[in-house]
Amino acid sequence: MTSPFAQDLYPYKRHPDQDASRAAHHPVTIVGAGPVGLALAIDLAQRNIPTLVLDDNSRVSTGSRAICFAKRTLEIADRLGVGEALVSKGVQWNLGKVFSGERKVYEFNLAPEDGHKNPAFINLQQYYLEIALVGRLRALQAEGAPVDLRGENRVSTPVAHADHVALTVETPDGFYSLKTDWLIACDGANSPIRNRMGLNFKGRVFEDNFLIADVTMQADFPTERWFWFDPPFNPGQSALLHKQPDGVWRIDLQLGWDIDREAEMDPERVRDRVAQMLGPDVAFDLEWVSIYTFQCRRMERLRHGRVLFAGDAAHQVSPFGARGANSGLQDADNLGWKLAAVVEGGAPENLLDSYDFERAQAADENLLNSTRSTDFITPKSQISHVFRDAVLDLAKNHAFARPFVNSGRLSQPTTYDGSCLNTVDGLPGAPPRTRPGAPCPDARLEDGYLLDALGHRFFLLALNCDPPAATGLPHLSPQITDDIRSRYLGSASSALYLIRPDQHVAARWPSATVQAVKNALSCAKGHPP
Amino acid sequence: MTHLIQTPNLPDADAVYADVLAAHEGQTLEESAALNARLILILANHIGEADVIREALEMAKKSVSADNRAK
Repeated sequence: MTSPFAQDLYPYKRHPDQDASRAAHHPVTIVGAGPVGLALAIDLAQRNIPTLVLDDNSRVSTGSRAICFAKRTLEIADRLGVGEALVSKGVQWNLGKVFSGERKVYEFNLAPEDGHKNPAFINLQQYYLEIALVGRLRALQAEGAPVDLRGENRVSTPVAHADHVALTVETPDGFYSLKTDWLIACDGANSPIRNRMGLNFKGRVFEDNFLIADVTMQADFPTERWFWFDPPFNPGQSALLHKQPDGVWRIDLQLGWDIDREAEMDPERVRDRVAQMLGPDVAFDLEWVSIYTFQCRRMERLRHGRVLFAGDAAHQVSPFGARGANSGLQDADNLGWKLAAVVEGGAPENLLDSYDFERAQAADENLLNSTRSTDFITPKSQISHVFRDAVLDLAKNHAFARPFVNSGRLSQPTTYDGSCLNTVDGLPGAPPRTRPGAPCPDARLEDGYLLDALGHRFFLLALNCDPPAATGLPHLSPQITDDIRSRYLGSASSALYLIRPDQHVAARWPSATVQAVKNALSCAKGHPP
Repeated sequence: MTHLIQTPNLPDADAVYADVLAAHEGQTLEESAALNARLILILANHIGEADVIREALEMAKKSVSADNRAK
């Protein structure tokens, strides 16, 4: 079987833009056809915003890379039209076990509360996500959506002008020029766009190497996340075992800082390490092996005039907690509707500054969590080692110590507290989890699910009250189930929610006048009060 | 918010001090560090308030740096 990542998914094709006498103009150009760039392109295409995606490659990413996709990501994928494909292909899991030495010290269950369409997490190789996204983009294109994806189109230094960005693109047939109103760099942690613009990307380097191996085997390990501190097969270091579709398992072994990288990559050496971990009776094949180091860092600003950065290009976290790809897709989710509103002319450009505010806030949250996990997993000093071992030792017999055990705090969406798009919370007694800025929790409705019903436009959710007439907004007045009551009403007897196109709460009241709704809507679109 | 108690709060301070010393009796510095780490985690959980623990950490750090200056 040819590996899915060996196929040419979007091979180079000469485009008429390359023969134009003057540089062709595109409202939005995205650099990078990874999960973030593709998700953003689909979101924009679904909003009928002309969008061009350029990638220097023509294939999906090599190796499994990001494998854990959180519920919020699946909800976004639903909105983009690929959620069900991902969930049906992915491996669902809820249970995580943590071992220290040979003993289990702790287990956690991520089973979501009832009434959510999507599971807490699925494991899926990143290339399957990319294949699904490319398929969706091509389907939209076939339906006439104004979106294009060009492989082997490498962007050289962008030149910013007051009203556009000028690009030179290198192809197998030579160079051509483009003009774009907005350039979105989704070109990964080593972002060539960021480097060519001379923007810094400072942070903390973690002095550690991890061996990552995708292994195919027929084994009866359960569908759980297993994490070891100081296991017998990798003494003094950590290890992770996680299941993916197609009988592929992710193995992650901490190696330490002073290693001979080449020697560690030797397939025989890797096979030895894996065999020690799995035991002598398990037959396996190596599908993909890599050694990685990581940094925790973010750009100071995610928006630089007409150039915006998203995903790993804008922020980089440790892999513990599955906060890389998941936060990147939330960047796309946050940016898509804002960029559409600005391109369509209904919203001021400073709406895009709220992207910087909100997603920088999310990046900080992710950096904080992943840095803390990393400090626990790889203690940086003798005394931090002493504390780490004390926690693991106490956790074996004492429940109180288990919350200290940190093998990765798994990705949760950020509530955009303090965002200028929020209207002050006007609903006393309502649950904090649905305060302005929060992502809407899903709920089962009589027919289907709340988040599917909300879609991707501004929306009013009216509970035990009539939405004001003439707001021009679609609305939903679902039956008050226990889910709806506990997630949206609390002790309030009625509620009107204004919900953003990315399904975050913009405002809420017991009920509201047309004027109050219009003011909140104008605020959520970035207009000054 | 509860604050860190900064006035004498133990009816028999001598006995508690003796208990702490007894627990460390015959331990190497390394073993004592391991014991102290466990003790801190156990007591922190008992206190149950991050702000109080932060105040305690501040007080301890200030005391150590004042001690260093005195030397």
